[in-house]
Amino acid sequence: MENAWLIPAFPFTGFLINGLFGDRLKRIFSGCIACTAMALSFTYALALFIRPLLADVPLEAFERDYFTWIEAGTLKVAFGLLIDPLSLLMVLVVTGVGFLIHVYSIGYMHDDPGFSRYFAYLNLFAAAMLLLVLANNFLLLFVGWEGVGLCSYLLIGFWYEKQSATDAGKKAFIVNRIGDFGFLLAIFLIFWTFGSLDFQVVMAAAPDLFPAGAPTLTAITLLLFLGAIGKSAQLPLYVWLPDAMEGPTPVSALIHAATMVTAGVYMVARCSVLYALAPFALGLVAAVGCATAVYAATIGLVQNDIKRVLAYSTVSQLGYMFLGCGVGAFVAGIFHLMTHAFFKALLFLGSGSVIHALHGEQDLRRMGGLRARLPLTYWTFMAGTLALCGIVPFAGFFSKDEILWEAFAGGHPLLYGLALFGALLTAFYMFRLVFLTFHGTPRAGAETLAKVHESPRTMTIPLMALAVLALVGGWVQVPLVAAGKRLGAFLAPVFEKAEHLLAAGRPLQHAGAWQEGLLMGLSLAAAIAGIAFAYRLYLARPQLPNRIAERFGACYRLLLNKYYVDEFYQSALVEPLRRLAEGLWRGIDVRVIDGAVNGCAQLAIALSGRLRRLQTGYVHHYAWTVVAGACGFFIYILSR
Amino acid sequence: MNIQFPLLSEIIFAPLLGVLLLVLVDRDNRPLQRWIALITTSVTLILALFMYAGFQGDSAAMQFVERHVWHAGVGIEYLLGVDGISLLLVVLTALLGPICVLACWTDIEQHLKEFLICLLLLETAMLGVFCALDLFLFYVFWEVMLIPMALLILVWGNPRRRVYAAVKFFIYTMAGSVFMLVGILVLYFHQVEATGVYSFSLLQMQQLALPGRLQIWLFLAFALAFAIKVPMFPFHTWLPDAHTEAPTVGSVILAGVLLKMGTYGFLRFNLPLFPEASATFTPLMVTLALIGIIYGAFMCLVQTDLKRLIAFSSVSHLGFVMLGIFAMNRQGLQGSVLQMVNHGLSTGALFLLVGMLYERRHTRMIADFGGLSKPLPVFATCFMIATLASIGLPGLNGFVGEFLILLGAFKARPLWAVLGASGVILAAWYMLWMFQRVMFGPVTRSENAGLRDLNRRELGLLVPVLALIVWIGVYPTPLLHKMEASVAALVTRIEAGGAVVGREPSGSRLADNHWTSTTKETRFH
Repeated sequence: MENAWLIPAFPFTGFLINGLFGDRLKRIFSGCIACTAMALSFTYALALFIRPLLADVPLEAFERDYFTWIEAGTLKVAFGLLIDPLSLLMVLVVTGVGFLIHVYSIGYMHDDPGFSRYFAYLNLFAAAMLLLVLANNFLLLFVGWEGVGLCSYLLIGFWYEKQSATDAGKKAFIVNRIGDFGFLLAIFLIFWTFGSLDFQVVMAAAPDLFPAGAPTLTAITLLLFLGAIGKSAQLPLYVWLPDAMEGPTPVSALIHAATMVTAGVYMVARCSVLYALAPFALGLVAAVGCATAVYAATIGLVQNDIKRVLAYSTVSQLGYMFLGCGVGAFVAGIFHLMTHAFFKALLFLGSGSVIHALHGEQDLRRMGGLRARLPLTYWTFMAGTLALCGIVPFAGFFSKDEILWEAFAGGHPLLYGLALFGALLTAFYMFRLVFLTFHGTPRAGAETLAKVHESPRTMTIPLMALAVLALVGGWVQVPLVAAGKRLGAFLAPVFEKAEHLLAAGRPLQHAGAWQEGLLMGLSLAAAIAGIAFAYRLYLARPQLPNRIAERFGACYRLLLNKYYVDEFYQSALVEPLRRLAEGLWRGIDVRVIDGAVNGCAQLAIALSGRLRRLQTGYVHHYAWTVVAGACGFFIYILSR
Repeated sequence: MNIQFPLLSEIIFAPLLGVLLLVLVDRDNRPLQRWIALITTSVTLILALFMYAGFQGDSAAMQFVERHVWHAGVGIEYLLGVDGISLLLVVLTALLGPICVLACWTDIEQHLKEFLICLLLLETAMLGVFCALDLFLFYVFWEVMLIPMALLILVWGNPRRRVYAAVKFFIYTMAGSVFMLVGILVLYFHQVEATGVYSFSLLQMQQLALPGRLQIWLFLAFALAFAIKVPMFPFHTWLPDAHTEAPTVGSVILAGVLLKMGTYGFLRFNLPLFPEASATFTPLMVTLALIGIIYGAFMCLVQTDLKRLIAFSSVSHLGFVMLGIFAMNRQGLQGSVLQMVNHGLSTGALFLLVGMLYERRHTRMIADFGGLSKPLPVFATCFMIATLASIGLPGLNGFVGEFLILLGAFKARPLWAVLGASGVILAAWYMLWMFQRVMFGPVTRSENAGLRDLNRRELGLLVPVLALIVWIGVYPTPLLHKMEASVAALVTRIEAGGAVVGREPSGSRLADNHWTSTTKETRFH
């Protein structure tokens, strides 16, 4: 573990090689270097994970400060890494899924002129993400946090000649900055409260220094959550994520589904102790998560762009993760983070395969009937869909159900009800997507259809690997079975303290196994109902959706236009600010300030113009002046 | 005293030696002129690096002190020295010397010899300002600096409005310095009256316990001169004009060094000499600093001229520096000193890059560009790094400074940090928007399609700056260590206010003892 720094160092080296010499490398080398870097990091992390498993001992946390980064007065921030069950799990997800997506990218990007640039950015992203999850203090986490934001910006705007792409990249960066603003203030407050930015120090000190509900802790956790809202695209800062789909599809899979956007969830889980001591903030996390989960799902119902549906689905699923954390079930939140990484990456890569086959077509209305032409893509995509809908025994079933159950058992029936409704919506929009893409009659042009072909091996093998993970990924945490909760046991050392604090704060509830079983059946029923609706509307009676859209025109347009939130932000925030800037510039800067400055100069010129007239050049003028002056002086002396 | 090896004098006057050599060179022998300028500025840099290496970071005392009587009767001395606050600024100034010479290698065609003479004179004066510890000497260097800078704008500037810009710059700065001169004289006569010592020495004056009312007036006199130089809102309007009309090198020096004279002045004179008045004026200064941060950022949003945009971003960034200074704690002050260097590097790099663009396209209007990433990939990378440094991305230098400043400000008053941090959001907005309009999108103008990418000279002069940007972002500890003791001493001084200083016996004997003890430990290694 001494060499934990190698984990982010491998992809960073890959970034340097591809970034500096990429143009001179052959394509195949560029891709191989990037993939090798990821594979090395993954292998290293896997070794760390498996060693204690083989010896049958719990993973020992490891922390090490490598060098002092910033030192000023009492502030001392080190470049220090922390490996504990939580960060190791994140590293495994990032490097594992990341590696598969790197491999997929070789096929997907094979004829792009910016091939090596792409892999340089991708490796830089991985390095920043790994730094984010491995950092042992808030400020270093923030470095990774901004680093992944930068890579997201660069990769969304990867095709920089496209205006919409660079707009989306810029939007992502700026909206994230609003969240970072909160994060930064939280860091200040943490430092001046605890005198340190180290996770271990802060988490150890917090329960001793503050009672539950202390305003300082509430402020810290709320500010941190503002950061999480930005990064993890929750209400009201989610607007950048759907636009981020302008980037290449593997980027959407890696950054905007599997890893980066989950950083907010990771951060909340990392600060579980602080949140456990701030019940108000924790409640807000749950409320925002739940609201986002349902809200985004409703938008997903009617979108026509295959990637946008998945994007809103991601926003919605991130909401579920926050809901889990917010009801105090941090394990459930992280569990869903992991399974979501598997099946959402799979879904994005699958949609990429479809887009690839249709030469860039992303509109669901021009797809359909692709099942026979893209069998591998279809079956793997189906696996991901079932997992996302929460059909047993796919991964999403276990993780989503645990969140629902914890919400119910924690005494939040309203949140539970909403989340259950969200599950129904999820199943509906996902099967709508599947039916419109793969089933029914082909709606693409004959010319396009003729050229449709299954993707190359570099793309299909990652799909299959992820499909397997989407199936079995949930089996590490099986409810109702003795010793089924292996993930919970693995993560227990991290969340022990928070759970202890939370348990102290609320009355013990005894919910029986029969209740859990019943609720499980209920969520399955919701998912199946959603699928049935989708089947009826999009396969059985394909004319029905249009009629419904016409019937409820206003409602449909509201959803289709995403509740007009973008338009609202544009006209209520962006435009007024820009006009304010324009007004300040013309009104204050040019007119008032520079007017005063130039006015002084004009005044001086005008005055000296007047004064100049005194110098008439006539001797008698001067003589009279001398006489007058002498008289005046005389009178002054006499009158004294 | 270190008479054998007067390092500071050598650093200051090495460029002046270059001026003498240049005078002797034939007017048409341009290559020789360039090489003389490059070699003398490089020698200056090497000497400055020696000084940096020999500087003891754990001592708050002035180091490399040189002291000679200039005029015994009046008490003017040739008194030089650096501490942790001026050290980095001296090195930054010396670093920008050779970079500027390289930057104007092919750019300046008319009156090259005179141009280089101005440049070297300017460097001498700037180095002198940072090293002078005698107020009279300081004022001499301060005023000497003005003339070559004004000439750079007036003679080699953009023909359209260069006279307006040069005159505005000159008179504005001059107006401020006159108040400072009066302040210096008042301080001097007060000292003569109070102690009977005839001296302009700064450290002598620091022994004075100034009455509160006098402190107020003196603070204002000095602050006006420095606030114009920074420039603080609302004294900033000379800056966009000066930047826009100045040649590339002029802008680089203006942004890189000249603006820091103002912030340096606050650190060197206002805070230590008038601690009580500084505390009194903190709300006003902080308010102006915060207005500067946010107002400057708003101005950037509407600019159509690249140089004007970067000039306004300087107003915003220097607002951060002022905020850190008046947070008056170690984090804030260390952040400010570091941020002065950071701003010099990142904004200097931005002006260099815009200059390179101007050399190719002879326009600076944002609307004339678009899609430049395609023909200029190397340029795009360099521009991106400088832009991100300016935005304050962690891992690059700007973040470390801004973080420390805001951390310090938060300690002083959380609201200051909240308002200051909002400038960080705006910075991302205007810089990325600018970058998008210049570098991204399709190439819409045919003139832009055939542009050639950076050549070796251009890349060679950018790489050291960019490398420093990254290095300070990743490993700022050595720089922070060098300034630590000086900043700590300054904080102690401010916190003690005038009271403690007043209790100490003031007089020449104590000052002399102080000097001998410091010079002993600061021998050059």
